[in-house]
Formats: sequence, structure tokens, C-alpha cells
Amino acid sequence: MSQNHILSSFDEELNDLRAQIVTMGRLVEEQYKNSLQALKTKDKELAEKVRKTDRLIDEMDTNIEKQAIHMIALRSPVADDLRDIVSTIKISAGLERIGDYAKNLAKRVTVIRHKKTISVSSALIDQMVTQIVSMISDVIDAYISRDIEKAIDVWRRDQMVDNLYNSLFREMLTYMMENPQYITPATHLLFIAKNIERAGDHATNIAELVYYINEGELLALKRPKNDSSNYADINTEE
Amino acid sequence: MDKAAETALMDLIEPTVRATNVNIYYGETHAIKDVNLDISPKAVTALIGPSGCGKSTFLRCINRMNDTIPSCHMTGKVTLDGQDIYDKKIDVVQLRARVGMVFQKPNPFPKSIYDNVAYGPRIHGLAGNDTDLDNIVFNSLQKSGLWEEVKDRLDTPGTALSGGQQQRLCIARTIAINPEVILMDEPCSALDPIATAIIEELITELKERFTIVIVTHSMQQAARVSQKTAFFHMGKILEFGDTSEIFTNPKVEKTKDYITGRYG
Repeated sequence: MSQNHILSSFDEELNDLRAQIVTMGRLVEEQYKNSLQALKTKDKELAEKVRKTDRLIDEMDTNIEKQAIHMIALRSPVADDLRDIVSTIKISAGLERIGDYAKNLAKRVTVIRHKKTISVSSALIDQMVTQIVSMISDVIDAYISRDIEKAIDVWRRDQMVDNLYNSLFREMLTYMMENPQYITPATHLLFIAKNIERAGDHATNIAELVYYINEGELLALKRPKNDSSNYADINTEE
Repeated sequence: MDKAAETALMDLIEPTVRATNVNIYYGETHAIKDVNLDISPKAVTALIGPSGCGKSTFLRCINRMNDTIPSCHMTGKVTLDGQDIYDKKIDVVQLRARVGMVFQKPNPFPKSIYDNVAYGPRIHGLAGNDTDLDNIVFNSLQKSGLWEEVKDRLDTPGTALSGGQQQRLCIARTIAINPEVILMDEPCSALDPIATAIIEELITELKERFTIVIVTHSMQQAARVSQKTAFFHMGKILEFGDTSEIFTNPKVEKTKDYITGRYG
């Protein structure tokens, strides 16, 4: 990290902004853990708690944006300070969206509560959530410690989330073809999985922003993309 | 054309001013150390850096203003359109007609507004008759954005104008003799934000006809008006490049520390 600004109040504001992102990131991680827990135990109260907490995350995003705009207006930041503040606005928006997906997951708890359980895919959802939680956790660590290696690692790990999603997609199709009773729960699980997959994309975006803050350049490598579900098909002839 | 393409094109065009291995000394003090800089035509080049870094000294060597300081001497080469401006055959008065200058504090002559602008064209014999001179005065005041404000009082003293108007009068005086290059040494440091904005708008318009080099302590001003920025530090150029690049992603740590307001 480079040395301090002559205006120490500017450093204080920057640190405060970063601290807010960290708090927000940790909260979003919690949201996924709680959503998953609610899904597994069909816990309506916990799901409700997730929905309430999401409003708090939305508020944090608004506050971060306000403070960043205030700093741009008053401090006229340039170079790495400018990249930092502008990227923070985008990171905050990304986290807010990742949080929305967790809320969406929790919302479905009430819907699939009474439906037939699909046990195998819950294991896949479990893995996806574990993966996404560690991605959020690591990308926030990378952001705070300015660790590009860590950011690139998160960026690469999105592929794993995509792979899990593809497996789950295929599995759900099989379930649905097997027994129409599975259609409703399988569709919900598909949406859940798709949401987590999208959350992974946003975490990847954040990793790219961390890289940009540090290097002043966009991450030039080709983005890992393994979501092939659009083209997935089950051969019914067999 | 986008900014990157514009600046890339600038790099291909022959520079108007080229400084090669320039060293300037004030007595024993080594003020400018081995500076090399190409100044592109019809563009604004900003010189930035902390106080005492040598940016004004360097600016003043482009029209040999440093010649007037007895203890000052220089080595190296400065060319204007390929011609060595320190060559013995060069007439300094003619050189300064080609390389005009605007200073930090507006310094109109204690004469009428009209005479302030007409002075240069008169001594350089640029006007054949009174109508020609009237036209030059009109055009210069028009280009400097002052005409509408002063057209009814051209015979009043230039010194009676406001600070911002005086500075625009000095710019009108400079462009009246149709220079190639205009050097500006902190032209807005004594002006309020509105007058500053008007001068900056003027600089942007003037760059269509003139090559402009501006020394400024305002980072934002450099960012707003220039296409190229050179960062001076302790008599050396530490970084020179496209303004948009310098202000978003400076390559040199000292440049970054300076423009972001860190201890340097």
C-alpha cells in the first residue's frame, strides 16, 4: 500500500469506505450460509431473517455510493485514488446483487418446503454455496490487502461454480423426465442454482475490479466461462 | 476521434518545439537536469510538479526569457520547427514574436485596451494601415473572448479591467502578433473559478491554432486542458505522457504521490 495522503482526513474517508465494503462482504457471506441452512432445514424464520437482512445490505450499498460520490466531488481524486473510489461503487453494487441472489434463495424455502425432496442435488447446491462463500470471502480479502494473486485465483474459481451448475442442470432434467412430480421442486432448485451461478459471475467481476484498482489496467486474460447449460441436452432416444 | 487515437496521432507529427539534453544553471545551482521533451503542434502540453522543480525555468527557456537573468546559463539544444533558437543568428525579439508568453499575474501595459493589443502589431509592422490594425485588434479581442465586454470602451485603460479580463487582454495581446507557440506560466492562479473556466475554455479553443505550453499548480487544470503532461521533479522530467494516462494510471511512483497529494 502506498503512503498516506497529506490530507489525513482523505485517508480516513478512504479507510472508512473500505471498511464498509468489508462489513458488507461479510454480511453477504452470512446470507448465503443462512439461506442454505434455511433451505436444508426448511426453516421459515431463518429465511425471513435473510430477507430482512437484505434490506440492510441494500442500504449499505446506497450509503457507500453516496459517500463515494461525496468524495469524488470534494476530493477530486486521481490515479489510484480515483480507480479505488470508482471501483468501490461498482464492488458495492456487485455485492448488493450477490446479496439479492441469496435473498432469492431464501424466498424459495417457503415454496419448496412441502414439495418432494431431491436429496442428491441439495448436495450440489451445498457445494455451490460453499464455493460462492469462499469466493466472496477471498475477493474481499484480496480487495483489502490489495492482493492481485488472490483476486486472480477467485476469478479462476468461477469455473468450478459453472461446472457445478452444469451438473445440477443435467441432473434436474433427468429428475423431471423421470417423474413429473419433481418438476416444481426441480425448477426451483434450478433457479437457485442459476442464481448462485450468477453470484459467481459478480464475484468474478469484483475480482477484476480489484485487479484494476491495483494495476490500472483491465484483466486481459480470457474470462473463464464454463456455463454450457444453454446448450445442454438430454438424449431421450437412449 | 477518441482521445487515445488523437494522442497517438500527435506522436507521429513532428514536434514544434524539441528540447534535447537541456541543462540550466543559476550560478552554481543546477536547476534543469538533462531534460528532453517534444512539444506537439496545436495541442496543449502541461508542465506540472512541486514548487522549485524547474518547470517555469524550463518554460522560460523556450522563448529565451532566461537570457535576461545574468547568472543563468544553459547547455543543450532547443529547436523551434527544427531551428536552433539559441543559434547566434537568431533575433531574440523575432523569436519572442513567434513564441508568446502569458504570465501568472495579468500585466497589461498602462495604456488603453486598444493600444495594449495594437502595441505588438505596431512594433512588428504587421498592419499596413489603421483599418488593418483595427481588424487585428478586433480579431484578437474576439478570439480571446473579450470583445463583447470591451467593444464600447476600447479607449479606457487596460488596468481598469477585472483580473480575469486583464488576463484575457494579455492573451489578446499575445495572439495579436500571431505567434506559433504560446507559453503560459500559471495563467489562472490569480483568478476566481469563473474567470479560470473562461480562460480554460479559451485555451481549448486556442489550441486549434496555436501550440500551447502551460505551467500549472492546479492538477485539475492540467487534467482539464492538456493532452500531454510532463511531471517535473528536482529539475528532471520523471514522467511524460498522455494526460489521460498520467491522471488515471501514472507509471512513476513519484508522479502518483504528487498528483494524489501524498508525501513525496
